[in-house]
Amino acid sequence: MLRLLNIEYHKLRFSKSSRVLITTYFILITFIALIASIEFNFGNVNFRLADQGIFNFPYIWHFNSYIAALLKLFLAIVIVSMMSNEYSNRTIKQNLIDGLSKKEFILSKFLTVVSFALLSTIFLFVVSLILGLFFSDYTEISIIFSDMEYLLAYFIKLTGFFAFCMFLGIFVKRSAFALGFLFIWWILESIVRGVMEYKIFRDSNIAENIAQFFPLESMALLVREPFTRLNAVQSAANQLGSEITKDYSIHWYQLLIVILWIVIFVYLSYLLLKKRDL
Amino acid sequence: MSTILRLNNLTKRFGPVTAVKDLSFSIEKGNVYGILGPNGSGKSTTLGIVLNVVNKTSGEFQWFDGTQSTHEALKKVGAIIERPNFYPYMTAAQNLELVCKIKNVPPNNIDEKLELVGLLDRRNSKFRTFSLGMKQRLAIASALLNDPEILILDEPTNGLDPQGIHQIREIITRIASTGTTILLASHLLDEVEKVCTHVVIIRKGEKLYSGPVDQMNASFGFFELKASNEEKLLALLESHPAFGKVIQKGGIITAFLEEPLEPEALNTYLFENGLALSQLVKRKESLEEQFLTLTNQITA
Repeated sequence: MLRLLNIEYHKLRFSKSSRVLITTYFILITFIALIASIEFNFGNVNFRLADQGIFNFPYIWHFNSYIAALLKLFLAIVIVSMMSNEYSNRTIKQNLIDGLSKKEFILSKFLTVVSFALLSTIFLFVVSLILGLFFSDYTEISIIFSDMEYLLAYFIKLTGFFAFCMFLGIFVKRSAFALGFLFIWWILESIVRGVMEYKIFRDSNIAENIAQFFPLESMALLVREPFTRLNAVQSAANQLGSEITKDYSIHWYQLLIVILWIVIFVYLSYLLLKKRDL
Repeated sequence: MSTILRLNNLTKRFGPVTAVKDLSFSIEKGNVYGILGPNGSGKSTTLGIVLNVVNKTSGEFQWFDGTQSTHEALKKVGAIIERPNFYPYMTAAQNLELVCKIKNVPPNNIDEKLELVGLLDRRNSKFRTFSLGMKQRLAIASALLNDPEILILDEPTNGLDPQGIHQIREIITRIASTGTTILLASHLLDEVEKVCTHVVIIRKGEKLYSGPVDQMNASFGFFELKASNEEKLLALLESHPAFGKVIQKGGIITAFLEEPLEPEALNTYLFENGLALSQLVKRKESLEEQFLTLTNQITA
């Protein structure tokens, strides 16, 4: 397993574009800290985001994993191109001739995907911990380490998304088209969901129940948007006479759906490679 | 002698096209084999199948008597097919290091192999800056990294200039002299004739001949004849039992022998039957003519 990771690391290490994208990604995650300095001035009202409790433990785990997940596209580009470049350089052929089995090839790519997700999760943990220790109103150990399941969800979500990218890279063979396909898929999911919600199953939550099984939707549901959970937003909503009741917690079956997609994507990638003549 | 590779009724279909048809042959250790065939005859497909990149339709193949899985066996094989494929953003040495990692061999002999193909001074240049000839030589260096039991080369001189072709052939000859088994696919006859001891000829995916190169030349040769009375000459040749095919082309009559016959005997035979020749040449077919005859491409 280490050998396979070592091979992939060797391939990525010397690629300038991958290096730039990966570095940018991790630097951008640290920029979450910059949110702390966002200030609004509406006349007399002075509004500082950091004072609204976004960096309070344990809310910070939720908030940061949501924000950091938005940046996943950078790594997605790296993953899509690391798959499709093997085709365009025809190095996949040479790899197989040199004695890598098709199973090993897919495994090496998947291990890289998992490593990216894991690295990102660990990095996010460290950044959030430091930010929280600076800004959080509560710093008791038991509070700091509560709600950690958001990090697990973040990890699964990234792995799922990257596995999808990996499959698209193999399936489409060209990085630009693969990313385009990803975008089209996202639109398709939205359309199908929209049609179900407003046309077929009106006034019921059947549409939602079905949509949660879609690959991108299931990944999005893992870490829901955290903004409406803020006290300020909640009280503003209350004043307007509405109440926001949303389930922010992570359910085991949501994790399971995404894990299932990961298995499907990896297996499909393998099947595709096995069936294809290179 | 141990068998390195054995093919058994290997068949590959691409939709309605049969690229390889019931192909069987085996590769013994220590020989230099050539797979000869015109473009599109299924050479690369055959190699692709045994190298695990093309899926066979039916039949089977075995590496090293089938004691290992294909990808394990391939670690003991050095192969380059068609164009050299490397990572353009890596240097020569970095690319070879990667191959070492895949083949699970220590990277100690990278410099030695680069030296062998004359690329040591370019070891730290990026692959994308290489000329085609250099890329091809790097591919050979990469195929040799694990000191393979067999070296497979598919059209190694394709697209190279004369100097490049010369360099590659020299390298191949040098490798062959060390006792490494080589399988060389080519549509170039002289290439095969110069380096190979055995040859497999295929056309449209079918095997036409397989055996030693010198036995392939085992025909009895042919006569090139000229006489003022061509009709009589033709009639006489046809009645003679030693001749098979007779071709008339540009005033010269080419008569192929089916059994040995000396020029003197022929001359006597014709003269006794009242025909005087103005030209009589006996020739043996070159490998090229043999090949064209075998592949039915000779223009009669």
